[in-house]
Amino acid sequence: MSKTTLSAAPPATRQITVQVNGEARSAEVEPRLLLVHFLRQTLGLTGTHVGCDTTSCGACTVLLDGVPVKSCTVLAVQADGREVKTVEGLMSGGALHPIQQAFHEQHGLQCGYCTPGMMLTSVALLAENPDPSEEEIRWAISGQICRCTGYQNIVKAVQQAGAALREGS
Amino acid sequence: MYPSRFDYVVPESVSEAVSLLSEHGDEAKVLAGGQSLIPLLKLRFASPSVLVDVNRIAELEGMSQQDGYLRIGALVRHKECERSDLLKGRYGVLGTAAPQISDPLVRNLGTVCGSVAHADPQGDWGSALLAAGARVVAQGPSGTREIPLAELFVGPFTTTLEPTEVITEVRVPDPGASAGGAYLKLERKIGDFATAAVAVQLELNGGTISRAGIALTGVGATNLRAEKAEAALAGAAPGDEAFAEAARLAAGEAEPINDHRGTVEYKRNVVRVFVERGLRAAAASASAA
Repeated sequence: MSKTTLSAAPPATRQITVQVNGEARSAEVEPRLLLVHFLRQTLGLTGTHVGCDTTSCGACTVLLDGVPVKSCTVLAVQADGREVKTVEGLMSGGALHPIQQAFHEQHGLQCGYCTPGMMLTSVALLAENPDPSEEEIRWAISGQICRCTGYQNIVKAVQQAGAALREGS
Repeated sequence: MYPSRFDYVVPESVSEAVSLLSEHGDEAKVLAGGQSLIPLLKLRFASPSVLVDVNRIAELEGMSQQDGYLRIGALVRHKECERSDLLKGRYGVLGTAAPQISDPLVRNLGTVCGSVAHADPQGDWGSALLAAGARVVAQGPSGTREIPLAELFVGPFTTTLEPTEVITEVRVPDPGASAGGAYLKLERKIGDFATAAVAVQLELNGGTISRAGIALTGVGATNLRAEKAEAALAGAAPGDEAFAEAARLAAGEAEPINDHRGTVEYKRNVVRVFVERGLRAAAASASAA
């Protein structure tokens, strides 16, 4: 299976177009480029963090067609023709998204490293289940690690955002 | 971490995928959910020169009850199984396994068939499907064949699949209305592999057990069928005594190793306790049907 070749030939690339936060973004990428690196390095969207890089911590979570995934474990070419939402896409019209407002008010973060991923998973949860129980919230974020908050204030933030979204809709 | 360079192809049909696999042989790997393969590529445990991405092949989608079996297509994600009403009741061993696989984000992408093809002895689907008596359907250049799960796994990360074959679906035989099952897993934290896990399916006929399926995760070089325990239950009346004896036999059939998740003795004991609990849960579910 393993084959190592040292070659001066330029690597083969593919043209991809991904709808990122509502905007079509095209680039020539190597197939081995990970989605998280496409977002951070190719597009400069550094709000998506790299944590463990081994599919464990969830810091790199983004929404792919509305579904939370670990972007360190998806190839950029797999996102071709699909929609990606990152933390940069949460604000609209200069106003914080209710989940951002709630994380701010409930002190749902300290260091902030897990926060973008936590907020995106929460947005997906609330879209599907507008009034989740504490257990459902903890279950939804169970693939993501926060080493600061003990999760308590994250749960409170998701509850507050849920209430705000229900009132607003 | 960056994978080695590879070419990337996106076939639109299974026959096109098989042609690509035939062209590249064991230099190619099939990409479905990618939740095992991409970590392997990043760690460079695997360095295929071509990835064949089957995610856009519509014929691989979907889960459905067919005549005599349940079909799980190669693009069915763990999440779909977790939420499916089809996997309740008689297919309960599958329905209870699904939410215990890895974590919610991995379950959004990972697939049942990919997990089986990966053949990790710590994989949960392997045991659940062994207990259910499932078969995989593999398509290759010379056509399609069915492989019983028990004949698929030959060692850690090693199967009897040819490099030119792709799994198109899993078929789970319909165990009938008086059947039930359960998957019990001990893990240190969500997302960890099992310290030990147990899959159990019971099929009842009148007052006796017509078939028992018992398989073990994380306590052998592959997902293991506890054949002696299964044989002891076949034809027996369900009950505490029979279940305790089967659990004792299954614990003896486990082949655990000492590691950071526990000792041999500990893991055997987990197997014994979980088989007994699983059998009671399966019998209750089968009787309630």
